[in-house]
This record gives sequence, C-alpha cells and structure tokens, in this order.
Amino acid sequence: MANGKDQALLTEFAPQIERTSLIQFIWIFFLVGVIAAGFYALYVQISEGHIVTGMRDNVVWGIYIVNFIFFMGVSYAGALISGTLHLFRAEWRKPIIRMAEFITIIALLIGPCYILLCIGRLDRLPYLVLFGRIQSPITWDVIAISTDIFGCLIFLYLAILRDIAAIRDFQGIRLPNWKRKLYRILALGYVGTPEQQKRLHRATDVMAAMVIAIAVIVYSVLAWIFSVTLQPGWHSTIFGPYFVIAAVFSGCGVMIVVMWLFRKIYRLEQFITRKHFVNVGILMLILAALFGYFTFSDYLTKWYGSERNDELLINLLFDEYYWLFILSNYVGVLMPMIVVGFPKLRTINNITISAIVVILALWVNRYLIVVPTLESPYLPIQDSRPAWLFYNSTWVEWVLTAAGVAFFALAMTVGSKFIPIINVSEMQDAPPPEDEEILV
Amino acid sequence: MKRESDSNPKKSSRRDFLKKSLVAGAGVVAAGGLVEAYLDTQAAESGEKVKVLTTDGEIVEVDKAWLRYPRVSRKESRKGIPGRKFVMVIDLARCKNARACVEKCQHGHHLPKDQEFMKVYLLQDTEYTAPYWFPKPCFHCDNPLCVSVCPVGATYKRTDGIVLIDTQRCIGCKFCITGCPYSTRVFAWRHYEEYDEDTQPYSPEASSPGVEGTVSKCDFCPDLIRVGKLPYCVSACPMGVIFFGDLDEDVVTNGAETFQFSQLIRDRAGYRYLEVLGTRPSVYYLPPVERQFPVNRGFDGLEENVSKRYENTPYVKKQRRK
Repeated sequence: MANGKDQALLTEFAPQIERTSLIQFIWIFFLVGVIAAGFYALYVQISEGHIVTGMRDNVVWGIYIVNFIFFMGVSYAGALISGTLHLFRAEWRKPIIRMAEFITIIALLIGPCYILLCIGRLDRLPYLVLFGRIQSPITWDVIAISTDIFGCLIFLYLAILRDIAAIRDFQGIRLPNWKRKLYRILALGYVGTPEQQKRLHRATDVMAAMVIAIAVIVYSVLAWIFSVTLQPGWHSTIFGPYFVIAAVFSGCGVMIVVMWLFRKIYRLEQFITRKHFVNVGILMLILAALFGYFTFSDYLTKWYGSERNDELLINLLFDEYYWLFILSNYVGVLMPMIVVGFPKLRTINNITISAIVVILALWVNRYLIVVPTLESPYLPIQDSRPAWLFYNSTWVEWVLTAAGVAFFALAMTVGSKFIPIINVSEMQDAPPPEDEEILV
Repeated sequence: MKRESDSNPKKSSRRDFLKKSLVAGAGVVAAGGLVEAYLDTQAAESGEKVKVLTTDGEIVEVDKAWLRYPRVSRKESRKGIPGRKFVMVIDLARCKNARACVEKCQHGHHLPKDQEFMKVYLLQDTEYTAPYWFPKPCFHCDNPLCVSVCPVGATYKRTDGIVLIDTQRCIGCKFCITGCPYSTRVFAWRHYEEYDEDTQPYSPEASSPGVEGTVSKCDFCPDLIRVGKLPYCVSACPMGVIFFGDLDEDVVTNGAETFQFSQLIRDRAGYRYLEVLGTRPSVYYLPPVERQFPVNRGFDGLEENVSKRYENTPYVKKQRRK
C-alpha cells in the first residue's frame, strides 16, 4: 500500500497532523470563543424568548433562515463539485477534492442548526417525527436533509478511507498511541487488496452519483418551502432550479476562498496552482451567468406584469434595498464574469477577491428573497411598533451567525489536522492515459 | 348555595372552583340543549340568578356570573361541532373603528396588547376609490394553506369549518404564518403576564392560556358557541358590524338582527377578500355602501399607538397634505 511516492507525500503532510503551532492554537481558541459567545446568545434567546431577535409577526424568518439557505447551498456545492469531478475523472480535481468534501459535510452540519434557531419550541422537536405530516414541505425537508447528511457522511468516509489506512501504515509520522489506534479502527482493515480497491472504487462511484441527486432534491425542497406559499416574491415556479444554481454558485465561491487559505497556511503552492483557481473560477463564471439569467428572468416577469403585490415588492427592493440589490444581483454576477472572463485578469488573488464578493452577494441575495417579501404582504402592514414594521436583526442573531462561521472555520482547521487536506492516496494514482485537462 | 371559600378563607384564589358538576338550564343556553357547567364561586356576583340542575337531580339557584363551562379536551377540539358550518359576515358600511371587537377579543382570550386576533385595517383599494375600515378576523378558509404546511398537525380544519391551533402541539416553526396570505396569525415572542390570568385548563377551542414560542390566531370562539353565545367580537360591536351564523341553516346574526345568509349576501353584494387566491374563506364582507359613518369618525378617541398605525396609509397622507 504505502509505496515510495505515497510516503513522500505523507511526509509532506505529516507536520500538519503531528503538531499544532502556537498561532494555530490561538486561532482555535479564538474560534471556540466565538462559538461560546454563540451559545450564550442561544441561552439568551431560549430564556427570554424570540423577542430578543429582530423577528416579529410580519417578518417571522430573518437572518437565521438566510444562514440556513446559505450553508445548505455551500454544502451542496461541495457535494456537486466533488461528485461530478469524481465521476468525470477530472485529473485536476485531485488536490482540491478533499476540501470540497470537507466543505460539504461541515456546512451540512451547520445549516440545519439555523432552522432550529427559528423554532419557537425546541423542546417539541421530536414532534416532527412523532406527529410528522408528509403533506408539509417541512417534513420533506426533514427527510431530505437527514438523507443528505447520511449520504454525504458515507461519501466523505469512503473518500478518506484510503488516506486513513495510509497514515496507519506510515511509520514516518509520530503520533500518540490513541491517535494511531483511532486510525487503525477507522481504516476498517483496508489494506488495498485488488478486491478492496475495486469495491471501494465502485462504492465511491455510486455514492458520488447519489450525493449529486440527493443534493438537487434537498435544495429544491428547500426552495419549495418558500415557493409553495402564496407570498408575492416567493410563489414562483422558477425557485427550485434557481436555488440549486445559486447554491452551487455560492459554493464555488467558498471553494475558492478555502483553496486560497489552505494554500497559504499549509504552503500547498506546488499542489494547488493557478490552474485550479482558473478551473473552479470558470465553473463559477458559468454559474454566474446561469444565476444572473434566473434572477433576471424571475424579476423581469414580476416587474413586467406588475401585479399589485409584485409591484410593491419590486418598489421596496429598488427603494429601501437598492444598494443591497445592486450588490447581490449586479456586482455579484458581473464581477466573476469579468475577472474570470478576461484571461489577463485571471490571477489567483483576483479570482479569490471575486469569490469573496460572490459569497457576500449570494448571502445578500437570500436576504432579499426572505425579508422584503415578508415586509410586503397582501394586507398592508399597519402598525405603530417599529419592530413590527421593518426587520432589524439584533446582536443575538449576528452572534449566532458568527458562531456558525466560526464553527465552519474550526471544523475545517481541526479536520485538516486529522486527515491530510489533500487526498494523498488519489494523488499517487497514475492518471488514466487519455486524461486531458478538460477546462484549461 | 353556600360559598365554599367562606369556610376556608385560605383557598380564596381564583384557581379554586367548586368542583360540583352542574347542568345549566335552558335559561342560560340560548340553543336549548343541555350544557355542562360548573361554578366559580370566587367570581364577583352579578345579582342575576339562574336555576340549574345538579348532577344529583336537585334544582338550585346560583348567581349567573358564577357559571363556568368546562373547556373541551384537545382531542375533542379536533372534531368540530356536529352538523354545523360556521360563517361570518362583516358589514363594512357600519364599521367606524370603535375597536370594541379587538378589546373584547383580547380580554376574552387573555391576550396582551401586543397580540390581536382581530385587526382593524384602514384600506383604500386605489387612489380614487373610497377608504374604509376593515375588521379582519381569521378567515377560517376551506382551503387553508396554514393547515397544509403545518409539519406536526398542530393546526387543523374541523368539520364545522373552524381552523384551530393546538398550542400544546405547535413547535413554533412559523411556516403557517408565512403560509397565510392574510397576515392573520400571531406568534408569542415571549411569555406575557396576561397568559397567567387564565386559570382554566388549556383548550384549543379557547386559544387560552397562551404559550410562549407558539402561534395563535382568531378561533371563532367555539367555546362560546358551545354554550349558545356569540363570539366576543360579534357581541362586543356597538354597531352590529359583525354577523355570525351557520351556512347550513342559512342564517347569520349580530345578536340584535338576524338575516338569511344567502339573501343578505345576494342583496348586499357580499364578497370574500382576495378571492383570487383560492383559499375559500368562511368570512364574507358587505361592501361599504350607504355608510352609517364617515371614515374620519374612525379616528375619534383612538389611543396614540393605534392612531399612529394609520399614519402611512395613502388616505391619511392625503388628508394631511390638504
């Protein structure tokens, strides 16, 4: 199993796994602190009630649900990128596929937590199963997301199995006994016999295809939670595919940022090159075009027909939310198209900056889908309480948002200290002879 | 009857009811049938006496204000009152935003000021059409989206047409609030002291006591209907704006006047709000023609926080410009 090239690669990654530097300790400590603050905010919300959030009877869902859509989207992108690239046997995927898998599973664990934060009676959560009604899109969501988590966990596990076995067999790494034992258990006795290789390969192929399908379903169901209602701005047939595209788009952005960070921190310049940024960047460009097309199509039909409530919503978006609308639906679409579209602008840093813009734009895009719609219901809001008129998110909601991002960063950090952030075993597989770089 | 609290002054809280079961006589119950009741001897006396039959077969005279009717269980509340299909008619020509319906409803359901099951809007359909006051209860739709989307069956449609919420079941996901196109549902964003005022056991038919972190809304007061009374809003309205009745019996009443429902809707061109949405409401409106009050009367005597609600309506803005 552990041949020379494999060992050389593992030696390269051994320091990550062997020890944690002081800066990394401070970083982890900081993230744990943010998460602890999140738990405090959660305590405040549970003890004092949802009155501590900015949500009220009109805007009943705020940035929690935006975060929910956002993290689920990021997760979906990881699944789609790793799944498709695996199935297409794209050779360039190898150094980045592990990151995509990590993103998938971590974001998938964070996302549903945000929907729980919207729930008024967390103590009654078991009712979703005990009294579940299949007619409700929330039940569809419960089924879809739990299937997704299960499928993605299996997919990720299959993907890291060979590396776990490699670390177990690798003598050049100093590990405490408990860790070595853990690797031995997790490797499930994989030693790389031809039969084992064949089975693992087939299982990974099946799971890659499954994960893509499940992710499409999950994200469509998520969109239907909005579009099955009669709310102007949500009641749209386009929402299923629109959300799917937006999800992969935002996930590509996160992918690029994560690649940039790991490349810098672990000095992976020889593995992750400009080629990878450009390839994922081109994926992002295509998705930007699709996303822009869906967005335009959705708002054009609303605006052109000018049904009274659609018109109210459009007016609100172009008045109260003008700059956010411009950022999310113009800058967020055009910037990746320009940066990646012109070869001269395609530097690693430029692509990463546009990826950051894309992430922000997509988060705002979800905010603009959720909040303004709830602020412009069929019956005009006639209220003298400012909180009931317009949604103003509070510190509790922002601290919990920060806690989610911190958990994402923490899990990525800790994950990379346990499993090499680059798929060591796949890297040493010889590329199939017909392989060509498909995008560049 | 002897007041039990006289012999035991320690137990003088409102929680202590005389547990003896009673069957209230027809004098109390307009509909005639036998209704179970019990006595709350701590309540203030009204001076008005009624004759009731005890479970022992005795006829005794008690103060009318002492009578209490036990609420139906959560399970029972899912069934609906047999042979009924309730309907409400709101006559917009009579409404002057007196808000008696809102206040009586809040009092009856032990609601805080923050929560209104009945809301009164000032609507004006277009710039040149007339503004009017628009009392809006729950429409108890026959095709209720709120019921469809509930993941745990906490909100349900009954055989008598009423849509209720079981706040002991509700998980507070608020999906029904976004599902309702009429902004009818309210959420308990925190615990309110008013909830504690209700000492009776919870029943979805009473929508009380409220529960923090759950959704509630107008319930058509089936607890009152069961004892032959009209919903709080109907009996409170000084103008007789709100009519309540039975679609199958084809009759609606506001307590003082009774109409044949089909004829009233036909003669006064009754309609349902936002029919285009296909929710099939059980609440009908009579258009504001030949009004009894000018719209401006609706601003008289409003509390500041209520009058401020209408500041941003096109009508008030236009008035202010003049």
